[in-house]
Amino acid sequence: MAVADAASGRTAAAPPFRTTRSSGRVGDRLFYLTTLSFAILVLLILAGIMVSLAHGSWPAFHKLGFAFFYSSTWNPVTEVFGALPPIYGTLVTSIIAILIGVPISLGIVIVLTELAPDWLKRPISTAVELLAAIPSIIYGMWGLFVFVPFFKAYIQPGLGEILSPIPIVGALFSGPPFGVGILTAGIILAIMILPFISAVMRDVFETVPPMLRESAYGLGATTWEVVWNVILPYTRTSVVGAVMLGLGRALGETMAVTFVIGNSHDISASLFLPGATISSTIANEFTEAVGDVYSSSLIALGLTLFFITFVVLVIAKLMLKQLASKVRG
Amino acid sequence: MIPIYHRRRFVNRFNMTFSVLVTALGILFLAWILGTLLYYGVAGVSLALFTENTPAPGNQGGLLNAIFGSALLTLLGIGMGAPVGILAGTFLAEYANTSKFTRRVADATRFINDILLSAPSILIGLFVYVICVVPTHHFSAWAGAISLALIALPVVVRTSEDMLHLVPNDLREAATALGAPRWKVVVRVSYRAARAGILTGVLLAVARIAGETAPLLFTALNNQFWSSDVNAPMANLPVVIFQFALSPYADWQSLAWAGALLVTASILGLNIFVRMTLGKKQRG
Repeated sequence: MAVADAASGRTAAAPPFRTTRSSGRVGDRLFYLTTLSFAILVLLILAGIMVSLAHGSWPAFHKLGFAFFYSSTWNPVTEVFGALPPIYGTLVTSIIAILIGVPISLGIVIVLTELAPDWLKRPISTAVELLAAIPSIIYGMWGLFVFVPFFKAYIQPGLGEILSPIPIVGALFSGPPFGVGILTAGIILAIMILPFISAVMRDVFETVPPMLRESAYGLGATTWEVVWNVILPYTRTSVVGAVMLGLGRALGETMAVTFVIGNSHDISASLFLPGATISSTIANEFTEAVGDVYSSSLIALGLTLFFITFVVLVIAKLMLKQLASKVRG
Repeated sequence: MIPIYHRRRFVNRFNMTFSVLVTALGILFLAWILGTLLYYGVAGVSLALFTENTPAPGNQGGLLNAIFGSALLTLLGIGMGAPVGILAGTFLAEYANTSKFTRRVADATRFINDILLSAPSILIGLFVYVICVVPTHHFSAWAGAISLALIALPVVVRTSEDMLHLVPNDLREAATALGAPRWKVVVRVSYRAARAGILTGVLLAVARIAGETAPLLFTALNNQFWSSDVNAPMANLPVVIFQFALSPYADWQSLAWAGALLVTASILGLNIFVRMTLGKKQRG
């Protein structure tokens, strides 16, 4: 309509105004549809990852069946592959990372929110956040060439001596100190996920109304009692969400783990012994995999990792939802 | 004094001391890693590092082809990831509340984007391998750049949306009242107001992908020689570092440390730069 008006050119003043409006309308529609389609593209990427991994792992599932998940044989020659050892390694290293990383993150957040003077907060939080910026492969190199020899010489023998006589727990810390192994991988993962957990936890802690905190202090509570009895109960769900987010990171971490885990497809009770995770197995073997079943089995491992991290991250998101609505208002 | 008071004070002191110690431990680890990089890395830095290609074992050489490859892959990756990310972020910030349909799409996109943000990068590599490398039957720099773009994308989406949300609505309303169509309001007003913030997000995404190794292992692969062909495997710093660090040759290991120093210095430098420029406007 506006175009017709413009073409007929009835008045001198109206056409430019009308043309702008009409180009505005078309432009609006175009711009809206462009942004919409890119937003939908983000959705499609995740679906695409799932579909392509499922497609790629079909030959492996077809040949190996459900045994793929519970078998612990990994034999490229006979083309029999079992995912149990890498799944076990992935879960155990991530659990170690959480057990070590969460108390440290909590400590850092307490320092940042309750203890540190204002002028120190900025440098401390920057330093912790820079830990997140260091690439995974650098952790791997540092881990293998610096941390592993140190751990092997000074920490592992002592740890083994003290802990191995204890029943049950002792089995976890027995065996020769290789330096590399599941425990080492877990420790390095813990350092890597620190910044993620503490950043979210700090945001969460800041949602606690000052009134609650001040009331507790006013009643004579110590700093620890405020954290433990007021802040943590108030932020419980979101804190668990933060931990799950860290867990999601730890599960999929690749390069650092590949350097220090020792890459062995055996499941051993001792955390001192080498193992493998899903991602380290893929990183190590994918380019060398010959034969459809071999590479397909590695893609099937990837699909397994996808589902594990997906579930963990969805839980994390749902638990942090309250936080998002509090922050966004 | 009353015993229970003693106990409470002890518990408090113990836990606060623990907190301070673990914070110091965290910072110690950062210093330890950076110190290691400087100690081993500086020894390997020389002019040859920037003028010669990666050598055969036992020969002298540099990292020229890998530095070039990494720069090109990062550039291509951000070149594809950033525009898509900014536009998707625009939808989330500017159009999400238009109708029930857009609200649903926006909620789903936010949710999935946050998951992509933490998704293991090696899976992105596998995905690109399946969709790019398998059909073309060869590894290529393109495939590497696409996987880097997919890793940069969620970072850009997130920061663009957040930064556009910070633009006061008054500005949009003022522009609309003057008769500007919606897209002009977004492009001329919102983008202009959020420019610094969006750029920050893009720079953070560059920092994120510059050191990514896992997704390049089976997409861009590696190349021992100089190559600027985007349809062929291309050398890149992270994969060269991976390969050289695990090799038994002293020359290669020394080059790996030099490369590691180079990558980390650029990434941390970028991060600190972003923090300093953004720090003036926002809490750190």
